[in-house]
Amino acid sequence: MTAPSSSSPLRPVIVGAGPAGVRAAEALVAHGIRPVVIDEASRAGGQIYRRPPSSLAARSANVLYGFEARRADAVHTAFDALRERIDYRPDSLVWNAQGGRLDVLHGPTRSTSSVPYSQLIVATGATDRVLPVPGWTLPGVYTLGGAQVALKFQGCAIGQRVVFMGTGPLLYLVAYQYAKAGAKVAAVLDTSRFADQLAATPAMLRQPAVFAKGVYYVAWLRAHGVALHGGVRPLRVLGDAAESRVAGVAWHDGREERTLACDAVGFGYALRSETQLADLLGCRFEFASLHRAHLPVRDAAGRSSVRGVYLAGDGAGIMGADAAEWAGERAALALLADGGVAVDTARAAMLERRLHKLGTFRQGLERAFPVPHDWAAHAPDELVVCRCENITAGTLRQTVAENGADEMNRLKALSRVGMGRCQGRMCGVAAAEILAHATGQPVQQVGRLRGQAPIKPIPIHLATPAPSTEGAGA
Amino acid sequence: MTGRKTLRTDVAVVGGGIVGASAALALRKMGIGVVLLERDLCGSRSSGVNYGGVRRQGRPVSQLPLAQRAHRIWGNLRETIGTDGEYLRSGHFKIARSEADMASLEQYRTKSRDFDLGLELISAARLRERCPWLGTRAVGGSLCAEDGQANPRLVSPAFALAAQRAGAQIFERHKVDEVAHDGKGFLLRSGNALEVRAPALLNCAGAWSGPIAEYFGEAVPLRSSHPVMAVTEPVPHFMDWSLGVEGGGIYCRQVARGNLVLGGGRGIALDADRARADRDAIATLAAQAVELLPTLRHAHFIRTWSGTEGNLPDHQPVLGPSRTTPGLFHGFGFSGAGFQIGPAAGEVLAELVRDGRSSTPIESFSIERFFAAAATAEDAAADKTPTPTSP
Ligand SMILES: Cc1cc2nc3c(=O)[nH]c(=O)nc-3n(C[C@H](O)[C@H](O)[C@H](O)COP(=O)(O)OP(=O)(O)OC[C@H]3O[C@@H](n4cnc5c(N)ncnc54)[C@H](O)[C@@H]3O)c2cc1C
Ligand SMILES: Cc1cc2nc3c(=O)[nH]c(=O)nc-3n(C[C@H](O)[C@H](O)[C@H](O)COP(=O)(O)OP(=O)(O)OC[C@H]3O[C@@H](n4cnc5c(N)ncnc54)[C@H](O)[C@@H]3O)c2cc1C
Repeated sequence: MTAPSSSSPLRPVIVGAGPAGVRAAEALVAHGIRPVVIDEASRAGGQIYRRPPSSLAARSANVLYGFEARRADAVHTAFDALRERIDYRPDSLVWNAQGGRLDVLHGPTRSTSSVPYSQLIVATGATDRVLPVPGWTLPGVYTLGGAQVALKFQGCAIGQRVVFMGTGPLLYLVAYQYAKAGAKVAAVLDTSRFADQLAATPAMLRQPAVFAKGVYYVAWLRAHGVALHGGVRPLRVLGDAAESRVAGVAWHDGREERTLACDAVGFGYALRSETQLADLLGCRFEFASLHRAHLPVRDAAGRSSVRGVYLAGDGAGIMGADAAEWAGERAALALLADGGVAVDTARAAMLERRLHKLGTFRQGLERAFPVPHDWAAHAPDELVVCRCENITAGTLRQTVAENGADEMNRLKALSRVGMGRCQGRMCGVAAAEILAHATGQPVQQVGRLRGQAPIKPIPIHLATPAPSTEGAGA
Repeated sequence: MTGRKTLRTDVAVVGGGIVGASAALALRKMGIGVVLLERDLCGSRSSGVNYGGVRRQGRPVSQLPLAQRAHRIWGNLRETIGTDGEYLRSGHFKIARSEADMASLEQYRTKSRDFDLGLELISAARLRERCPWLGTRAVGGSLCAEDGQANPRLVSPAFALAAQRAGAQIFERHKVDEVAHDGKGFLLRSGNALEVRAPALLNCAGAWSGPIAEYFGEAVPLRSSHPVMAVTEPVPHFMDWSLGVEGGGIYCRQVARGNLVLGGGRGIALDADRARADRDAIATLAAQAVELLPTLRHAHFIRTWSGTEGNLPDHQPVLGPSRTTPGLFHGFGFSGAGFQIGPAAGEVLAELVRDGRSSTPIESFSIERFFAAAATAEDAAADKTPTPTSP
C-alpha cells in the first residue's frame, strides 16, 4: 500500500470511537497514517459496545453484550491493536470547530486544546429519540439508552420493577437485557402494533441474523412471562403520593385505559443522530424521510458537502452498528483516495454495496416500529417538552397561535424551547412534532434548530484554549 | 404567465428589523398605507439576536435626542407593541477600571447634562459595598438608573406584529431583489411573487442596505460587523444592572431566569448573511467575564452566537432623506447600537414621509456627510473663483 506523499501529509482526525470511528482509524492505520481519535467517553467502543470502567471489567463480554459479544470483542480488539498507532484522546469533548481546528475539552485535567486537522471523519453516533409523556420528569424515568448505559456501564438497574415503553428495536433489547440481568420487567409497552412488525418481515429478512435476534428477544421475554403489549398509547407516568418517584404507568390499549405499578420506566422511540459537529463544520443538511430528521448529506462513500469532511455511522443517519463499521471504513478509504493514496477499490465498492442493501432493511425497521405520528396530537398542553427550560406543549402551541411561529428557530426564539443546557438535543424532536402538528405542516417543513457552539456546556474558565497542541501526544 | 401580485401603497419598506417594523407601525398610526417586505422573518436578524442593551448612557451626544425619544417609547412598550418584551429599567452601569476611565465618565456626564439622563457617579468604596460581586478591577463607575435591558428575541418580532395589527401588509420570506424609480414612484420586486408600487420607499435593510443606496447613486462605506454573544446556564440571581465597561470590551446582564448574557469581541462571517462567534473572541470574553464577575468562574457557557450588523466608519447611522431621489428615506448603519434607538428611528422615518421633516434633530446622520468632501471638490471645480479658506 502506498503511503501518502510527504509533501501533503494527511493529518486526519476522527471524532468518535464507536464502531464507525474504530474501523475508520483501522483503515487509516493500515495505510500508514496515524490519525488523532477524539472521544468524549473514557473508553473506546461507542454506545453499543460501551466498555465499563476498568473497575467493573470483571464481567465477561457475553454478559455485557449478549449476541453482540463477538462483534463487541472484535471492535475492542481492533481498537486495542491500534492503540499505539493512533493519537487517542479519550475523555475529550469536541465543543467547537472553526477554521480547520477543533476545540477540545479534556474532562479529567479540565484543560482545553485546539486540534488541527487536514481531514475529518465525523463519527459522533446517536442518542435516544425522546417523545415525552406526562410524568416523564419524575425521578425513576430514564431513556432506553440511559437504562442500558446504567446496566452496561455502571452495572446497576434503574429499578426493581421496570416498565419499558416506546418503540424501536432497542425497546425489546433493553427489556431482554434487564430481564437477563435479573431485574423484574413488569411490561413492555410498544406503540407500534404487532401487525406492523409482521408486515415488515419481508424487508427485515434482508438482515436475517439481526431479524432473528429481534424475534429471539421477543420470544424469550414471552417465554419468561414478561407482558408485551402492542399498539399502546402511553398516557402518563404515575407518581407516588408525594410525586417524588415513579409509581406506575398508564396507557391506552386501543379499547380502554390501563395502569400498572412499577418503580422505574425506560422509554424511547429509537435513536436520533448527533449532528451538531457536522452543523458547525458547515455541512449541508437535508430532510431524510427514512429517518424523519434533517441530516447532513453525504455521498455513498461518506463525503459530506464540505471538502475534507467525511461522515460515518449513526451520526449521519441511524443505520445500526454493523453499518457503522462499514461506513467508517468506507469513509476512511474515501479520505485516503481523495488524499492521493491508492486504496483497494473493490473493497470500497463492496462496502458501498453492503451499505446500500441495508437501506431496505432500515425501511423495514421503520415499518415495524414507526414513530407514533399522532404523538403530537395527543400530547396534552401541560406536558413538559423541554425540561431545561420547563417549556410545555401548551406554551409551544400558544406561541404558534399568538405569534405565528412556523419554523423551529423562530419557535425557539419566542418560546425558549431548546435554549437550555441540551441545546435542543433532547427536546428538539418533540418540539418539531408539536410545531408541525400545530401549524398543519409536514415535519420536514418546520426546519431544524441551527447548531451553535459549544456542542455541550463548557466551564467559562476553560473556554480559553491553551496554545496549539499540534503534534501533542504524537 | 406570471402569478405575480401587484400592490399599490403609500410607503414601501425594505427590511423588518426593529427600524423597518417600527417605521411601519408609526406610519400606520398616521393612517398611511404600508407594505413591508422582509427577506427572512421579521426581527430575526440584528434586531432579534442582539445583546438587548437598552441604554442611552455612552451614546454620542448627537444621538441623545433620538435616544430620549426612544426612551419614551420604551416606557410605553406594552401599550405600543402588546408585550413587555422583558423590558426592565434595571439600570445600566458603566464601569471604570482606572482613574482615567472615571474622569472620562465624569466628562460624559457634563457633556450630556442637557439631556436629563440622571447619571450618578459611584466611587470605589460605595461600589464595593453595593456590589460585592464585582471583581476588583472596577474602581467606580457611572449609573444610569433608567437605562436597562430587554429581550430582543421578543421585542423585535413584536414590533412587526403590532404594525401588522395596525394594518401594515407584511410579507415575510419576501426578498426584495429589484428596486427602481420610474419617474413617478418606486417599484419593488420580490421574485415572481410580488411587485409593490409606492411613492415613498424606506431603506431599512440593516447590514444589507448598501446596494439599495448604491442603486440610487449613494454608495456609502457600509461594512458588516459581527459582535460576539454568549450566554451561561442559569445561576442564582445576583445582579440587576446591565453592565458595560468604559472603553468597551465586555458587557453583560442577568435575565430573570438567572442566565448571564454577555457580549464582546468580534465574530466571523460564514457568508454575507450569517455569522458565528469566534473562538478567540469567546476565550477573551470568558477571561474578561471572570475578571469582571468572579462568581462566574464556575458557570458554564451553554451557547454562543453572533449577528450581522451594518457599520459605518463614524459609528453613526444614516437616517434621513436620500440626496438623489425624492421619496426615498434611509435608516440603516446603526453600528452596533440601534436596538435602543430603533423605535425612535422608525418614528422619525414616518415623520419624514408625512412632513418632509422630523421633530427630532437628525442632521448628524445625514447621508450627505459621506459626500460633503466630494461635493466641495465639485463645487470648487465648477466655480473657479478662489474661495476663502475657513480657519
Ligand atoms: C444509548 C444507546 C444504546 C444503544 N444500544 C444498542 C444496542 O444495544 N444494540 C444495537 O444494535 N445498537 C445500539 N445502539 C445503536 C448503536 O449505538 C449504533 O448503531 C452504533 O453504536 C453506531 O456506531 P457509531 O460509531 O456510529 O456511533 P457511537 O457508537 O454512538 O459512537 C459515537 C462516539 O462519538 C462520541 N462523540 C459524540 N460526539 C462527540 C463530541 N462532540 N466530542 C467527542 N466525542 C463525541 C461518543 O462519545 C461516542 O463514543 C445504541 C445507541 C445508543 C445511543
Ligand atoms: C450581536 C449584536 C449585539 C448588539 N447589541 C446591541 C445592544 O445591546 N444595544 C443596542 O442598542 N444595539 C445593539 N446591537 C445593534 C442593533 O441590534 C442593531 O443596530 C439594530 O437591530 C438594527 O436594526 P435594523 O432594523 O436596522 O437591522 P436588522 O435587524 O438587521 O433588520 C434588517 C432586516 O432587513 C432584511 N433585509 C435585508 N435585505 C433585504 C432585502 N433585500 N429584502 C427584504 N428584506 C431584507 C433583513 O433580513 C433584516 O431582517 C447589536 C447588534 C448585534 C448584531
